[in-house]
Amino acid sequence: MRADLLAGLNAERAARRAAILVTDIADGAQRLVREAEIAADPLAAVLGRHLAAGKSGLVEADGRTLFLTVQVPPVRLVVVGAVHISQALAPMAAGLDLALTVIDPRTAFATPERFPGVELVAEWPDAALGGRVPPLDRYCALAALTHDPKIDDPALEAALAAECFYVGALGSRKTHAARVARLAEAGFSPEQIGRIRAPIGLAIGAVSPAEIALSVLAEIVATLRRAPRPEVA
Amino acid sequence: MLSTDTDILAAAESWRHDGRAVALATVIETWGSAPRPVGSHLVVDAEGNFLGSVSGGCVEGAVITEAITVIEDGAPRVLEFGVADETAWQAGLSCGGRIRVFVERVD
Repeated sequence: MRADLLAGLNAERAARRAAILVTDIADGAQRLVREAEIAADPLAAVLGRHLAAGKSGLVEADGRTLFLTVQVPPVRLVVVGAVHISQALAPMAAGLDLALTVIDPRTAFATPERFPGVELVAEWPDAALGGRVPPLDRYCALAALTHDPKIDDPALEAALAAECFYVGALGSRKTHAARVARLAEAGFSPEQIGRIRAPIGLAIGAVSPAEIALSVLAEIVATLRRAPRPEVA
Repeated sequence: MLSTDTDILAAAESWRHDGRAVALATVIETWGSAPRPVGSHLVVDAEGNFLGSVSGGCVEGAVITEAITVIEDGAPRVLEFGVADETAWQAGLSCGGRIRVFVERVD
């Protein structure tokens, strides 16, 4: 491996961008394909599949055997609202290897007793994101669960601007219609606003907080694994 | 603690930057109950210092020996380990799995 390719791979990881190292195992010839370059690559289809699955592996192409070292940033989940659903969600997210952060400025909700072992930030989302919490990016999922527009809206705006792969918001259709109007007023396009999953979660008839948490996590996994990656700007 | 595969790649770059001769071993294929998944890395220097694992300990010794040869001659190679290959490699996976490992020098 050329040292510059290794440095390039490490730099992409540090910047939380996906990349694939393509190695011809017969002669060791290699090239690094950055996420933004995949669509134009001759192997775009197979690289895209491996990227979506997040799995390294061998592929055959043009009579050659290639090994794809697939490097995908770890997925982060930011939940806004230290509410009952979030309490049920936290241990499930850990089981799915999702790095969870819970943000809620209401100190009565955001207590370590209610969220043992969870990264908890008792600040307003717009202060927390880019401050104590790393900025959102395309490998982040954001779920807004407070029901309070003062808290949810700034987080949703940050998630849409950062092109988070998943953006979900709790609330009825009526609540969401009001939210759509506010976000349009704030300058977001119908396409951007249309990316918000609302009502949040897969339609499994969830009733209890744990069931709603399950439906939200299932929707996040489905979005991560099934949907094609959004185009890189 | 250096444990994840991405840490191993960072260590490989750091070792190389420090002027050490370095080889990288990567699990490229597994069958059966292989202990480490495809994509797992092991970085080795010319003195046999290593970090990471490709099998959880079963065949590391053989991989390190081969990696030192790769550091010397610069030719990448694919190693295969498994119960069936015990005579060839004098190292095997007691779990009954088989793995293929690609070893390359970092130039």
